[in-house]
Amino acid sequence: MRIAIIDTSAGRAAVISDGLREAGLDDLVLVDTTRPLVAQIEAATPDVVLINLENPSRDLLEDFFAMSRALARPIAMFVDQSDAEATGAAIDAGVSAYVVDGLSKQRIKPVIELAVRRFQAFSRLQRELDDAKTALAERAVIDKAKAILMKRRQIDEPEAYALLRGQAMRTNRRISEIAEAIVTSEALMGDME
Amino acid sequence: MTAESFRIGFLPLVDAALPILAHELGFAKAEGIKLELVRDMTWATVRDRLLYGHTDAAHMIAPLTIATTLGRDRPAVPLAVPFVLGLNGNAVTFSAKLAAETGLADGLGDPVKIGTALKLIADARLAVGKRLRFGVVHRYSSHNYMLRYWLAGVGIRPDQDIEIVVTSPPFAADALAAGEVDGICVGEPWNSIAVDSGVGHIALATAQIWRRGVEKVLTMRATALEERRGEVEALVRSLHSAAAHFVEPGVAEESADILARPEYLDAPRDAVLRAITDRIRLVPGGEPIHYPDFMFQYREAANFPWRSQAAWLYSQMVRWDYMAFDDDAAAAASNVFRPDVYRAALAGSGAPLPGASSKLEGGLDEPIGAGSTQGRLTLGSDRFFDGRAFDPDDIQGYLAGIE
Repeated sequence: MRIAIIDTSAGRAAVISDGLREAGLDDLVLVDTTRPLVAQIEAATPDVVLINLENPSRDLLEDFFAMSRALARPIAMFVDQSDAEATGAAIDAGVSAYVVDGLSKQRIKPVIELAVRRFQAFSRLQRELDDAKTALAERAVIDKAKAILMKRRQIDEPEAYALLRGQAMRTNRRISEIAEAIVTSEALMGDME
Repeated sequence: MTAESFRIGFLPLVDAALPILAHELGFAKAEGIKLELVRDMTWATVRDRLLYGHTDAAHMIAPLTIATTLGRDRPAVPLAVPFVLGLNGNAVTFSAKLAAETGLADGLGDPVKIGTALKLIADARLAVGKRLRFGVVHRYSSHNYMLRYWLAGVGIRPDQDIEIVVTSPPFAADALAAGEVDGICVGEPWNSIAVDSGVGHIALATAQIWRRGVEKVLTMRATALEERRGEVEALVRSLHSAAAHFVEPGVAEESADILARPEYLDAPRDAVLRAITDRIRLVPGGEPIHYPDFMFQYREAANFPWRSQAAWLYSQMVRWDYMAFDDDAAAAASNVFRPDVYRAALAGSGAPLPGASSKLEGGLDEPIGAGSTQGRLTLGSDRFFDGRAFDPDDIQGYLAGIE
């Protein structure tokens, strides 16, 4: 079964295709979203098209599938509505599927489910990456605030940290917020004695 | 008062105005409901979010609600339209090159005259194997049907003599700029954006093709409408209040400010303002002209879901999908529009309520008083450009007459 994957994020397309390959579905076509989609799909003749929900070419593809049905009788549809739960999960994950050929539900279902899981895995990865970036940025600002305190108050690092933590606990805020405030005020008023 | 909530899907177009203003200006709150607007970029996505419960209602092209209910191209899901968000408001815009070839003058042209000029060019292009190509926003859109109605009326066969392709509204001006299409039929502000950026000339307002053509509708799943009937009626009232406000003198600037915002249309405020005040700049650098009722959001019970308008859309679906007329499908299509819900919602409000649910479309030359069970109702001219009228009780006869 040939599956075409259309995703504006190359990273996500890779995550999805890896997952499909692991499951033994290795007849995959990655569509280049910077080039005209219809011509590529026409050339690839896939049985299933997986596309992300926000893709701006969805209206165009629906038209193409409807037209090609008139010519060669493949069926264009969103995933089978008789399984509303699976379809809802696909929508939630942000994946849209067009079954181009008249495939049976039993054959299409695992593909969709796999794609949904990979979409979700991708957004989890993305979230973890964002969290890690935030954590790094927070660590940097705390280090900066500590340096300011050490210099201004002539204290050592553990004392500076204790000061930050104490203020955070008293005011019920996060240490990084306190650090942020110190760095900002230093930037504005650092040269005042 | 509990705030019952509706998530409403929309595309960045000026005719998404009523739900946006109902939310921003407190008309929804006054009815005890809460609206949350969900923006997308394609009609397919707006529809799918509605079908699978991401949204509760949607700003939607009317023919797509009928196609979805009838199961065209996808499994059928019954949809319901308790409120029409507006009539017309679209335009046909030519590329600068095509405008020059057709000899488009500064003012809005006459559909027959422009059409005749266009036919000569279409024939010439066909002869050298490079057909003219027009973009519409979806296969099941009023834009597609208005454009085809006009083209066929001037002797251009839309599927043989030219090509009609699909491009979502926010990308239509770009498609024109990139030379992918020679013309577009799209809603505002995307025609004006094409004009302002120097790539397009507005040839016609779709109101010139059908003076009172049904455009966007408020769509819900039929089951959801029944389950939340009381809240839906509150929603209809809030949209009706927003429509009454929208046409008040002196409010257009404020409406344009809201609509142009990044979370809604994310478009130049001036282009939005021109569209909602019926002032259209036709050519790059030109003075906007005033074309009354370019957009039509309120008067003449414009928001009333006439079953005859749904029936007309069905007749065009039969015509352009080249399928056989079917009595059951025609009835199902007409029943997507729900005048009963509209009437129940606005009973006792002072809003004019038509006595009938269906009428002859395109039969009026002059404004005429119409039967109403509440309030006074006057209907203006609703002519098609070719003067043909549509009788919803004789769709087959109508179709036979235009073949």
